[in-house]
Amino acid sequence: MSAQLPALGPIFPELLVIAGALALLLLGAIRGERVAGMVDISAILILLIAAGLTVLQPGERVEIFGGSFVVDDFSRFMKVLALLGSAAALLLSIDFFRVQNIHRFEFGILVLTAAAGMMVMISARDLVMLYLGLELMSLSLYVIAAIDRDNLRSTEAGLKYLVLGGLSSGMLLYGASLIYGFTGTVGFTGIAAAAKVPSIGLVFGLVFLFAGLAFKVSAVPFHMWTPDVYEGAPTPVTAFFVAGPKVAAIALFIRVAIEAFPGIVPQWQQIIVFISIASMVLGAFAAIGQRNIKRLMAYSSIGHVGYALVGLAAGTQTGIQGVLIYMAIYVAMTLGTFACILAMRRAGGMVEEIDELAGLARTQPMVAFFLAALLFSLAGIPPLAGFFAKFYVFLAAVDAKLYALAVIGVVSSVVGAFYYLRIVKLMYMDEPAGAFLPMPNELRVVLGICGLFVIFFFLYPSPLVAAAATAAKSLF
Amino acid sequence: MNLSALFFYLFSTIVVASAFMVIASRNPVHSVLFLILAFVNAAGLFVLVGAEFLAMILIVVYVGAVAVLFLFVVMMLDVDFAELRQGFLQYLPVGAIVGFIFLTELLLIVGTWITGAGAAGAIRSPIPPASEVTNTQAIGRVLYTTYVHYFELAGLVLLVAMIGAIVLTLQHKTQAKRQNVSAQNARTKASAIEIRKVRRGQGI
Repeated sequence: MSAQLPALGPIFPELLVIAGALALLLLGAIRGERVAGMVDISAILILLIAAGLTVLQPGERVEIFGGSFVVDDFSRFMKVLALLGSAAALLLSIDFFRVQNIHRFEFGILVLTAAAGMMVMISARDLVMLYLGLELMSLSLYVIAAIDRDNLRSTEAGLKYLVLGGLSSGMLLYGASLIYGFTGTVGFTGIAAAAKVPSIGLVFGLVFLFAGLAFKVSAVPFHMWTPDVYEGAPTPVTAFFVAGPKVAAIALFIRVAIEAFPGIVPQWQQIIVFISIASMVLGAFAAIGQRNIKRLMAYSSIGHVGYALVGLAAGTQTGIQGVLIYMAIYVAMTLGTFACILAMRRAGGMVEEIDELAGLARTQPMVAFFLAALLFSLAGIPPLAGFFAKFYVFLAAVDAKLYALAVIGVVSSVVGAFYYLRIVKLMYMDEPAGAFLPMPNELRVVLGICGLFVIFFFLYPSPLVAAAATAAKSLF
Repeated sequence: MNLSALFFYLFSTIVVASAFMVIASRNPVHSVLFLILAFVNAAGLFVLVGAEFLAMILIVVYVGAVAVLFLFVVMMLDVDFAELRQGFLQYLPVGAIVGFIFLTELLLIVGTWITGAGAAGAIRSPIPPASEVTNTQAIGRVLYTTYVHYFELAGLVLLVAMIGAIVLTLQHKTQAKRQNVSAQNARTKASAIEIRKVRRGQGI
């Protein structure tokens, strides 16, 4: 048997992230907790270099490992997004963990392993690779949700996430085994060939697989864990959950739907339409009563996943392009917002209630201005970036004749605007609740970049739109 | 009756008997030991059908890890098994019905089993004939070549699980007394022993 090592060029960014994680683990094990800051900085650099290498990879489509791992424009776009999001979230975490005195070197390492899992998920082209990538990411996430292990709410978040995540993995595996049983193969190409004619068993497997994936992107009705985990986990960890894993899970969702089941679009389209409508509506209405800003962001993320899935429901190239633009803009918006949430700190410690933001415009006018811009953008008000994100997915839905979906989307985004605008009203109209401590420099950098991107996106949208278009084209 | 049939009946009798003893014995530690006996004999059955890789895995994973873990749990935690077993007769009819249904289902499945028409062609790595290589070798040939990326990734998942367990449980206690090997080795008779004269009726 002449099996030789495949050319490893295409997975060089993944290898870099994994090797970096192992090297930093050794460093941490030898030098102890003192190196936590250094590990964080190195992890950020590794993530950025991996993103740069991914950008520099040649544009053609490469499949290695017998077709189970693919590098194409789509995977490169999503990988760069997930890596940049993870790096920014890690940057946000440094000051937080130092002040809270829970700075542990393992955090940076687990972010790296989670990033490696995300990259595998994004490039996975068979069910085994899909599952391994998903578990590599999820296991890292369970641990970092509970990283503040002496805090009851953090451990509760970790445990809840672990138990429910295990359940969803079980459903996903059940679906994968049914699909394997009814098609005789785990590769997406083979599944696509066998799935030209929908059989009951195959559709059953598809439903279970999608249920598992819907859990990972926190789409209704598999969203129950999201508010508790997002609220309980330390704030930078929540920012990371939104910036990295969500992007990777959406990418996986798209690749499975488009590449493995192109022959039975009507079968999965109705599932996506349902979870998309349910997520948008629940995200809009359930967030209204929230008082805790992290919980509010959790419901907001459920709603935004619903909007992103509108593009997938269309099932067309423009729809996928819309999802990609949506995710890129969403990551920028949430990271900026989380930079502001992390700056909500008084002498007595972190505060998380929305009312604490009252009168921010008078105490910290610049922060208030950027936060207001980000919130307007999350609500989807033109000319900010969030408007264009929604515009592209709704346009794709209308093109695919999913009028009801588009109308419900627009209506729920109007409802959703209410709670974003309430925060703006608190900041600009109400009496100050007392000034926050000055913002650390890392938070300023992230907030500034995200805020400027969101405000000035409409002047020069073509690079992102063009990149998303080539990425979407590579799937069809 | 040839030799393999003899061993088949020997192993299966012990498996069934020890499986029964797992639920029947009063002492939970005995239950776990009977469980190990059942596993070892099931491994013997696997060897008889020529699946020696499964036999080894059964011993290594189930006896080596799972059963030992059970034993730890049984011995470390104070679980009152006598109390758990109360009402055994009361629930016996329900349990018997459920067991009967399972048995019928299994028989129905095994009786009507057919392999799909395209299944043989869908196998990505053809299985070499058993006369040429053992099945351990056959698995090793593809596991470390064609599927090496799965293998490495699974290893990485396990590494993350290990890091997670350590991150979430390890306590760096400052008062903990740790062994200092070099200090122990550097001790001499002069530094280790002190000779005092003890006066009568006073002590040190």
